[in-house]
Amino acid sequence: MIEATGLRKSYRVGRGRSASTVEAVRGVDFAVGRGEIVGFLGPNGAGKSTTMRMLATLIRPDGGRATIAGVDLLRTPAQVRRQIGFVAQASGTYEDSTARRDLVLQARLYGFGKAEAQRRAEAAIGAFQLDDFADRRIRTYSGGQRRRLDVALGVIHSPQVIFLDEPTAGLDPPSRVRMWQEVRRLRAEGMTVFLTTHYLDEADTLCDRVSIIDGGLIVAEGTPSDLKREISGDVVAVDLTRADVVDDAVDTDLPVATKLLAEQPYVRSSEAVDGTLRLYVDSAATAIPQIMRTLLGRGIEPGAIEARRPSLDDVFLAKTGRSLEE
Amino acid sequence: MKLVRDTWLIFQQEVGLMVRNPVMVAFSLAQPITYLVLFAPFLKVVMVDQGASSYADAYRIYVPGLFVAMGLFGGLFAGYGLLSALRAGIIDRCRVTPVSRTALLLGRALMHVCLNVVQAVIITLVALPFGLRVHLGNLLISYALLSVMVLLSTSISYDIALLVRNENSLGVLVNTVGQPISLLAGVLIPLVLAPLWIQQVAFWNPFAWATNGMRALFNGQIGQPVVWQGALIMIGLAAVSLVWSSHLFNREVS
Repeated sequence: MIEATGLRKSYRVGRGRSASTVEAVRGVDFAVGRGEIVGFLGPNGAGKSTTMRMLATLIRPDGGRATIAGVDLLRTPAQVRRQIGFVAQASGTYEDSTARRDLVLQARLYGFGKAEAQRRAEAAIGAFQLDDFADRRIRTYSGGQRRRLDVALGVIHSPQVIFLDEPTAGLDPPSRVRMWQEVRRLRAEGMTVFLTTHYLDEADTLCDRVSIIDGGLIVAEGTPSDLKREISGDVVAVDLTRADVVDDAVDTDLPVATKLLAEQPYVRSSEAVDGTLRLYVDSAATAIPQIMRTLLGRGIEPGAIEARRPSLDDVFLAKTGRSLEE
Repeated sequence: MKLVRDTWLIFQQEVGLMVRNPVMVAFSLAQPITYLVLFAPFLKVVMVDQGASSYADAYRIYVPGLFVAMGLFGGLFAGYGLLSALRAGIIDRCRVTPVSRTALLLGRALMHVCLNVVQAVIITLVALPFGLRVHLGNLLISYALLSVMVLLSTSISYDIALLVRNENSLGVLVNTVGQPISLLAGVLIPLVLAPLWIQQVAFWNPFAWATNGMRALFNGQIGQPVVWQGALIMIGLAAVSLVWSSHLFNREVS
């Protein structure tokens, strides 16, 4: 449904001598199949939104090519627009308007006649459960209500592909779960969903496939479970920030402990994140006693020690050397 | 055809939102009416030498000037609305649809035209009891001229907004540009009273031509060349500026 190869985009920032070029997206390749929910996971500034805005015909790529629903993005962007819906990070609604007015306008902008536009607005109000507030001013809506309206606006013309830029950023947990249900419903209706997120749980539970993007490049791609399986074994998180000791304990303990444990034969690799040491081991059950023994042997007392399955953050950490949770 | 339909859609939406905010509309009327009530009496005194002996004469000179001031400033602040729509993502939301790009600008500009004409009608009605008398046909032509002026100033404001992309710079630029243009158009006091060098500078101010044309219309002198000259200058500039702003707008907006 979406095929992109070598998409690139750079911006000039600043003026005159201080001007420089920022490469926002440095050549990304990916494909999204019909009916899939695919997510771009990455930190802010990784190039997620820029990629999405290129695909949504809002900015022109500097290079590369893409087809969406079989239509060439660069040659016929106008035809692409008929196949896609786009929900930006900024809501894009008029504060003084109402859900119903904006929905009707959006349908009419897609070329539908008045009666059909009203019918579609009505259907969207039902499907996204906007009934209670459809005729109230948008400025009175909660974050979750607003976001549901945004998505309703994005799919008013029943597109084949819907692009969602950070669909749940800033929402409270119940609203996020609600939004996930809406996204799954859209897929059940036959839409292909492409979204960006910087939430690990969102990528993990909602997406069929995830592309991890950092610094304008895709660094890993696959189903969440495949990605996590690449990090075989277990993760043991050793918390070296101890409550009963002053903060500078971290400074002394962490480098020492990191070096010490990295040398142990049962530790395959390790990363330090905010005073916590993540150790990648074959089996947590056998590693934990050995870790404890090693640390205590040097007089280092860990605050807490936890074993868990690898998360997408471990994948991100392994690929980029940084944690998304920082 | 599509451009007309899409422009109409955007226009309807913008007017609808304006009507939903009647307080704002009322406030935007306060300033012109204040000028009308508090400034025109001064003008009557000042213009005695020019043969203005009554309130009717003073209003015949001042109301056209007020229309030009509205036509100028009414549009020059339109860029704020565009910038806030851009920031709120409203423009992006529209731009992913097949809607005509030019219509997104033109529909908004026409809302400002509509608003200013409504204000002009109200001002005319307020001035009537004070003795303003003007031929209906000429009045309607004045409204048309006002519409073109608003279209021009709105698109100038859009040009600046799209170039600077920032409300503060827009405000500074609009005031710096608007103030001398309005003074050099003689919107407050006719240019005939100005020293020669000011008149010479004003010769190059398109809005001075529009003001003179507008005053001729209110004087019942529709045959004066300055009427069609002023109108032609405004139409030409409005067309150029609109083409330019739609060019700026259709470039990547991000």
